[in-house]
Amino acid sequence: MADTLKERPVYRNIHISDIRTYRLPPAGIVSILHRVSGALMFLLLPFVIWLFDNSLTSEISFDRFASVFTAGAGFLPGWFIKLVCLGLIWAYLHHAIAGIRHLWMDMTHSVSKEQGRSSAIITLASSVLLTVALGAKLFGLF
Amino acid sequence: MSTNFGSKRIVVGAHYGSRDWLSQRVTAVLMALFTLALVVQVLLPGEVGYYKWSGIFSAQWMKVLTFVVIVSLAVHAWVGMRDIWMDYVKPVGLRLALQVFSIVWLLGCAGWAVQVIWRL
Repeated sequence: MADTLKERPVYRNIHISDIRTYRLPPAGIVSILHRVSGALMFLLLPFVIWLFDNSLTSEISFDRFASVFTAGAGFLPGWFIKLVCLGLIWAYLHHAIAGIRHLWMDMTHSVSKEQGRSSAIITLASSVLLTVALGAKLFGLF
Repeated sequence: MSTNFGSKRIVVGAHYGSRDWLSQRVTAVLMALFTLALVVQVLLPGEVGYYKWSGIFSAQWMKVLTFVVIVSLAVHAWVGMRDIWMDYVKPVGLRLALQVFSIVWLLGCAGWAVQVIWRL
Protein backbone atom coordinates (compact mmCIF):
# COMPACT_ATOMS: atom_id res chain seq x y z
CA MET A 1 0.00 0.00 0.00
CA ALA A 2 2.74 2.42 0.92
CA ASP A 3 4.59 1.58 -2.31
CA THR A 4 1.61 2.28 -4.56
CA LEU A 5 1.02 5.60 -2.81
CA LYS A 6 4.57 6.66 -3.59
CA GLU A 7 4.13 5.83 -7.29
CA ARG A 8 1.10 8.03 -7.76
CA PRO A 9 1.88 10.90 -10.14
CA VAL A 10 1.99 14.39 -8.70
CA TYR A 11 0.44 17.27 -10.65
CA ARG A 12 1.41 20.76 -9.69
CA ASN A 13 0.77 24.19 -11.15
CA ILE A 14 3.18 24.90 -13.95
CA HIS A 15 6.23 26.87 -12.96
CA ILE A 16 6.98 30.24 -14.55
CA SER A 17 9.90 28.61 -16.43
CA ASP A 18 7.49 26.14 -18.13
CA ILE A 19 5.55 28.91 -19.88
CA ARG A 20 7.62 28.82 -23.08
CA THR A 21 7.18 25.08 -23.59
CA TYR A 22 3.66 24.63 -22.19
CA ARG A 23 1.17 24.34 -25.04
CA LEU A 24 -2.30 25.71 -24.34
CA PRO A 25 -5.52 24.86 -26.23
CA PRO A 26 -7.29 27.84 -27.91
CA ALA A 27 -9.63 28.26 -24.91
CA GLY A 28 -6.57 28.46 -22.65
CA ILE A 29 -4.99 31.12 -24.85
CA VAL A 30 -8.23 33.16 -24.75
CA SER A 31 -8.31 32.75 -20.96
CA ILE A 32 -4.77 33.95 -20.26
CA LEU A 33 -5.10 36.78 -22.79
CA HIS A 34 -8.35 37.83 -21.07
CA ARG A 35 -6.28 38.24 -17.92
CA VAL A 36 -3.35 39.95 -19.65
CA SER A 37 -5.64 42.40 -21.49
CA GLY A 38 -7.51 43.19 -18.26
CA ALA A 39 -4.29 43.87 -16.35
CA LEU A 40 -2.99 46.03 -19.23
CA MET A 41 -6.14 48.18 -19.23
CA PHE A 42 -5.99 48.46 -15.43
CA LEU A 43 -2.41 49.78 -15.61
CA LEU A 44 -3.11 52.17 -18.50
CA LEU A 45 -6.35 53.53 -16.99
CA PRO A 46 -4.79 56.93 -16.09
CA PHE A 47 -3.55 57.29 -19.69
CA VAL A 48 -7.08 56.62 -21.02
CA ILE A 49 -8.64 59.13 -18.59
CA TRP A 50 -5.95 61.68 -19.53
CA LEU A 51 -6.96 61.29 -23.20
CA PHE A 52 -10.66 61.43 -22.21
CA ASP A 53 -10.02 64.58 -20.16
CA ASN A 54 -8.19 66.36 -23.00
CA SER A 55 -10.72 65.27 -25.64
CA LEU A 56 -13.66 66.68 -23.67
CA THR A 57 -12.60 69.66 -21.57
CA SER A 58 -12.32 72.38 -24.27
CA GLU A 59 -11.59 72.98 -27.94
CA ILE A 60 -7.99 73.84 -27.03
CA SER A 61 -7.53 70.65 -25.05
CA PHE A 62 -9.20 68.71 -27.89
CA ASP A 63 -6.53 70.02 -30.27
CA ARG A 64 -3.90 68.95 -27.75
CA PHE A 65 -5.56 65.51 -27.60
CA ALA A 66 -5.43 65.26 -31.40
CA SER A 67 -1.83 66.46 -31.66
CA VAL A 68 -0.61 63.82 -29.18
CA PHE A 69 -1.04 61.26 -31.99
CA THR A 70 1.09 63.23 -34.44
CA ALA A 71 3.50 65.39 -32.44
CA GLY A 72 3.74 63.06 -29.42
CA ALA A 73 3.67 63.90 -25.73
CA GLY A 74 6.76 64.85 -23.70
CA PHE A 75 9.65 62.63 -24.82
CA LEU A 76 7.26 60.05 -26.34
CA PRO A 77 6.86 60.28 -30.15
CA GLY A 78 3.43 60.22 -31.82
CA TRP A 79 3.90 56.75 -33.36
CA PHE A 80 4.58 55.34 -29.89
CA ILE A 81 1.34 56.86 -28.54
CA LYS A 82 -0.47 55.31 -31.52
CA LEU A 83 1.14 51.95 -30.77
CA VAL A 84 0.03 52.12 -27.12
CA CYS A 85 -3.49 52.98 -28.28
CA LEU A 86 -3.41 50.05 -30.71
CA GLY A 87 -2.48 47.81 -27.78
CA LEU A 88 -5.39 49.24 -25.80
CA ILE A 89 -7.76 48.75 -28.75
CA TRP A 90 -6.76 45.08 -28.94
CA ALA A 91 -7.02 44.68 -25.16
CA TYR A 92 -10.51 46.21 -25.12
CA LEU A 93 -11.76 44.13 -28.07
CA HIS A 94 -10.30 40.86 -26.82
CA HIS A 95 -11.52 41.45 -23.26
CA ALA A 96 -15.01 42.42 -24.45
CA ILE A 97 -15.40 39.53 -26.92
CA ALA A 98 -13.97 36.99 -24.46
CA GLY A 99 -16.33 38.46 -21.84
CA ILE A 100 -19.36 38.09 -24.14
CA ARG A 101 -18.21 34.50 -24.73
CA HIS A 102 -18.28 33.98 -20.94
CA LEU A 103 -21.77 35.47 -20.66
CA TRP A 104 -23.01 33.35 -23.59
CA MET A 105 -21.59 30.23 -21.92
CA ASP A 106 -23.22 31.18 -18.59
CA MET A 107 -26.61 31.78 -20.19
CA THR A 108 -26.81 28.87 -22.62
CA HIS A 109 -24.59 26.35 -20.80
CA SER A 110 -22.64 25.92 -24.05
CA VAL A 111 -19.72 24.28 -22.37
CA SER A 112 -18.88 21.29 -24.54
CA LYS A 113 -15.29 20.77 -25.63
CA GLU A 114 -16.10 21.55 -29.28
CA GLN A 115 -18.06 24.72 -28.46
CA GLY A 116 -15.27 25.88 -26.18
CA ARG A 117 -12.73 25.36 -28.94
CA SER A 118 -14.68 26.92 -31.80
CA SER A 119 -15.83 29.95 -29.77
CA ALA A 120 -12.24 30.48 -28.56
CA ILE A 121 -10.97 30.54 -32.15
CA ILE A 122 -13.79 32.95 -33.13
CA THR A 123 -12.83 35.19 -30.18
CA LEU A 124 -9.13 35.27 -31.11
CA ALA A 125 -9.78 35.82 -34.83
CA SER A 126 -12.48 38.49 -34.50
CA SER A 127 -10.54 40.55 -31.95
CA VAL A 128 -7.38 40.48 -34.10
CA LEU A 129 -9.28 41.30 -37.31
CA LEU A 130 -11.10 44.24 -35.69
CA THR A 131 -7.80 45.45 -34.20
CA VAL A 132 -6.15 45.35 -37.65
CA ALA A 133 -9.07 47.29 -39.19
CA LEU A 134 -9.08 49.96 -36.45
CA GLY A 135 -5.28 50.02 -36.43
CA ALA A 136 -5.24 50.76 -40.18
CA LYS A 137 -7.61 53.69 -39.48
CA LEU A 138 -5.45 54.86 -36.56
CA PHE A 139 -2.28 54.86 -38.64
CA GLY A 140 -4.05 56.61 -41.52
CA LEU A 141 -4.05 53.76 -44.06
CA PHE A 142 -7.64 54.62 -45.09
CA MET B 1 -30.51 32.32 13.25
CA SER B 2 -26.86 31.45 12.77
CA THR B 3 -24.27 34.18 13.05
CA ASN B 4 -22.44 34.99 9.79
CA PHE B 5 -20.30 37.99 10.61
CA GLY B 6 -17.14 38.90 12.49
CA SER B 7 -15.08 35.92 13.55
CA LYS B 8 -18.05 33.65 12.82
CA ARG B 9 -18.28 34.69 9.16
CA ILE B 10 -18.31 31.71 6.79
CA VAL B 11 -15.59 32.22 4.20
CA VAL B 12 -15.56 28.76 2.59
CA GLY B 13 -18.00 26.42 0.88
CA ALA B 14 -20.59 26.70 -1.85
CA HIS B 15 -21.67 30.18 -3.00
CA TYR B 16 -18.80 32.00 -1.31
CA GLY B 17 -17.73 34.34 -4.09
CA SER B 18 -20.96 34.28 -6.11
CA ARG B 19 -21.58 37.91 -5.17
CA ASP B 20 -18.25 38.90 -6.77
CA TRP B 21 -18.95 36.62 -9.73
CA LEU B 22 -22.38 38.18 -10.26
CA SER B 23 -21.19 41.77 -9.82
CA GLN B 24 -18.42 41.20 -12.37
CA ARG B 25 -20.99 39.97 -14.92
CA VAL B 26 -23.59 42.67 -14.24
CA THR B 27 -20.95 45.41 -14.56
CA ALA B 28 -19.65 43.76 -17.75
CA VAL B 29 -23.13 43.93 -19.33
CA LEU B 30 -23.43 47.61 -18.34
CA MET B 31 -20.06 48.42 -19.94
CA ALA B 32 -20.99 46.52 -23.11
CA LEU B 33 -24.27 48.48 -23.38
CA PHE B 34 -22.38 51.76 -22.79
CA THR B 35 -19.92 50.85 -25.56
CA LEU B 36 -22.85 50.20 -27.90
CA ALA B 37 -24.54 53.50 -26.97
CA LEU B 38 -21.29 55.41 -27.55
CA VAL B 39 -20.42 53.72 -30.86
CA VAL B 40 -23.93 54.33 -32.25
CA GLN B 41 -23.69 58.05 -31.36
CA VAL B 42 -20.21 58.40 -32.88
CA LEU B 43 -21.39 56.71 -36.09
CA LEU B 44 -24.44 58.98 -36.46
CA PRO B 45 -24.08 61.36 -39.41
CA GLY B 46 -22.01 64.46 -38.83
CA GLU B 47 -18.36 65.46 -38.84
CA VAL B 48 -16.37 63.78 -36.07
CA GLY B 49 -14.78 66.61 -34.11
CA TYR B 50 -14.87 68.41 -30.79
CA TYR B 51 -18.50 69.58 -31.06
CA LYS B 52 -19.91 66.18 -31.89
CA TRP B 53 -17.76 64.46 -29.26
CA SER B 54 -18.50 66.93 -26.44
CA GLY B 55 -22.15 67.03 -27.54
CA ILE B 56 -22.45 63.29 -26.89
CA PHE B 57 -21.23 63.72 -23.32
CA SER B 58 -23.19 66.92 -22.63
CA ALA B 59 -26.55 65.10 -22.53
CA GLN B 60 -27.58 64.49 -18.94
CA TRP B 61 -28.59 60.86 -19.57
CA MET B 62 -25.15 60.21 -21.09
CA LYS B 63 -23.43 61.78 -18.06
CA VAL B 64 -25.45 59.58 -15.71
CA LEU B 65 -24.79 56.48 -17.85
CA THR B 66 -21.06 57.31 -18.00
CA PHE B 67 -21.02 57.75 -14.21
CA VAL B 68 -22.66 54.34 -13.73
CA VAL B 69 -20.08 52.82 -16.10
CA ILE B 70 -17.16 54.46 -14.24
CA VAL B 71 -18.35 52.92 -10.96
CA SER B 72 -19.00 49.60 -12.75
CA LEU B 73 -15.50 49.60 -14.21
CA ALA B 74 -13.96 50.17 -10.79
CA VAL B 75 -15.95 47.28 -9.26
CA HIS B 76 -15.26 45.01 -12.25
CA ALA B 77 -11.52 45.74 -12.30
CA TRP B 78 -11.32 45.31 -8.53
CA VAL B 79 -12.73 41.77 -8.73
CA GLY B 80 -10.39 40.96 -11.64
CA MET B 81 -7.24 42.41 -10.09
CA ARG B 82 -8.00 40.75 -6.75
CA ASP B 83 -8.24 37.42 -8.63
CA ILE B 84 -4.85 38.05 -10.25
CA TRP B 85 -3.16 38.95 -6.94
CA MET B 86 -4.74 35.94 -5.19
CA ASP B 87 -3.55 33.58 -7.95
CA TYR B 88 0.02 34.76 -8.38
CA VAL B 89 1.13 36.58 -5.22
CA LYS B 90 1.47 34.22 -2.27
CA PRO B 91 3.19 36.33 0.46
CA VAL B 92 0.29 37.79 2.48
CA GLY B 93 1.93 41.17 3.14
CA LEU B 94 2.80 41.81 -0.50
CA ARG B 95 -0.66 40.66 -1.60
CA LEU B 96 -2.32 43.05 0.85
CA ALA B 97 -0.10 45.90 -0.36
CA LEU B 98 -1.02 45.18 -4.01
CA GLN B 99 -4.72 44.93 -3.16
CA VAL B 100 -4.58 48.27 -1.35
CA PHE B 101 -2.72 49.74 -4.35
CA SER B 102 -5.47 48.44 -6.68
CA ILE B 103 -8.21 50.07 -4.60
CA VAL B 104 -6.36 53.39 -4.39
CA TRP B 105 -5.56 53.27 -8.14
CA LEU B 106 -9.18 52.51 -9.12
CA LEU B 107 -10.74 55.05 -6.73
CA GLY B 108 -8.31 57.72 -7.94
CA CYS B 109 -9.07 56.99 -11.58
CA ALA B 110 -12.83 56.90 -10.89
CA GLY B 111 -12.69 60.30 -9.16
CA TRP B 112 -10.75 61.85 -12.03
CA ALA B 113 -13.14 60.41 -14.65
CA VAL B 114 -16.19 61.70 -12.74
CA GLN B 115 -14.55 65.13 -12.60
CA VAL B 116 -14.12 65.05 -16.40
CA ILE B 117 -17.81 64.37 -17.11
CA TRP B 118 -19.22 66.83 -14.56
CA ARG B 119 -17.17 69.95 -15.09
CA LEU B 120 -18.31 70.27 -18.71
